[in-house]
Amino acid sequence: MQEQIIIAIIVSSIAFFSVYALTPIFIKALTSRNLTVKDVNKKGNVMIPRPGGIPIVIGLVAAEIALYLFFPISEILAVIIVSVLGFCVGLVDDRKVMGGWFKPLALAFCAAPILLLGAYDSNLSFPLFGSVQIPSLYLALVVFMIPITGNTINSIDVLNGVASGVVTIASFALAISLFIMQNYEIGIASLCLAFASLGFYKYHKFPSRIFPGDSGALVLGSTYGVIAIVGHVEVIAAIAILPAVINSFLFLTSVKKIVEHREIKNPVLHTDDFKLKTTDEKTAPITLVRLIVAKLPLSEKQIGTEIFKLSIFCGILAVITAFFMEVKI
Amino acid sequence: MWNFSCDNGIFYGGKNLISVKIYAFIFSMWILILVGGGLMVIFIGPISFPVDIDPKITSVVKISLALFLIFIWVLILTKIKNWIFRSQLKS
Repeated sequence: MQEQIIIAIIVSSIAFFSVYALTPIFIKALTSRNLTVKDVNKKGNVMIPRPGGIPIVIGLVAAEIALYLFFPISEILAVIIVSVLGFCVGLVDDRKVMGGWFKPLALAFCAAPILLLGAYDSNLSFPLFGSVQIPSLYLALVVFMIPITGNTINSIDVLNGVASGVVTIASFALAISLFIMQNYEIGIASLCLAFASLGFYKYHKFPSRIFPGDSGALVLGSTYGVIAIVGHVEVIAAIAILPAVINSFLFLTSVKKIVEHREIKNPVLHTDDFKLKTTDEKTAPITLVRLIVAKLPLSEKQIGTEIFKLSIFCGILAVITAFFMEVKI
Repeated sequence: MWNFSCDNGIFYGGKNLISVKIYAFIFSMWILILVGGGLMVIFIGPISFPVDIDPKITSVVKISLALFLIFIWVLILTKIKNWIFRSQLKS
């Protein structure tokens, strides 16, 4: 146990300090190359460097490789490969705007290493009631999990700091849940994700100095998804990111099709003092942010705080669910 | 620092009750996940046919029932969403 704590401290430090140290370098490099985009929620022409996926993937993969050296198991290897593949899909989308179906399909292929390495258990575990064995259904779940988590995190990346903040909170909740379930190796892998995301949050929080872009959001989302599968905590992982899931659910049930987020009408508008308020446009999609500002215009920072509170609430529910996993009715 | 006075979170002097509704919606989702999992384990998991039937058919039946359960789950969630956020969705 003591050895695992030391390993957790080492790899978490690698994840946090690598991202924390590398991100400012990339902010300068991206700015000098004019790889910037307008922050639409700020007054004036505020330009922010993008994408920030490279420092995230370097820090995260460095930490996961260090973890693999301590625990050379196929599950950790699957996490490393899927993280890199998820990043590559995001980078393609950062460089060239692809159609709405590109990311789900490409991310589905990212799940291949999990299947090839056999880094999954086909029993689907549920809290309180035990597990159910439907191998064919579970294979479909493995293929769909990475696109779902990747796109879910990507779709909530609409305000300063929200995507990295939500992943940080959800990954910590997932790590605690994995420790409760005594799956220490994957729990430490989840800690790596949490600390890498926290290191990036320092620069992504309001007011952002860098945006993660698709590469950053997808590396965070796909890593979260693969940890859920190899850690055998699919249900808990879904609960921990419920705010992002709700955002996707509200969006899909109002738009009723999969579209690239750049194609949709903005669900929120700005007031004169640059707070966000809901649009009167009937055909605009319903999103989590639109619901939060439905009654009252709020600043970007206030909305971010609201989403983080929702994430903490879901994190607590996820940890309670982990305790339920140990209980059988 | 938490600020319970007026300008943060669900404590906008009661103005932003929508937040409470979102928490209620999340809690409903959580309960539905627990119940849905129970239905999967209790009813769909143990389904088996006599030995002379191809196991693939059993698997197809289980998958069909699981997908039906997910469809029902989404349908209930949509109803709950419309019920909880009715006033906001109409505006």
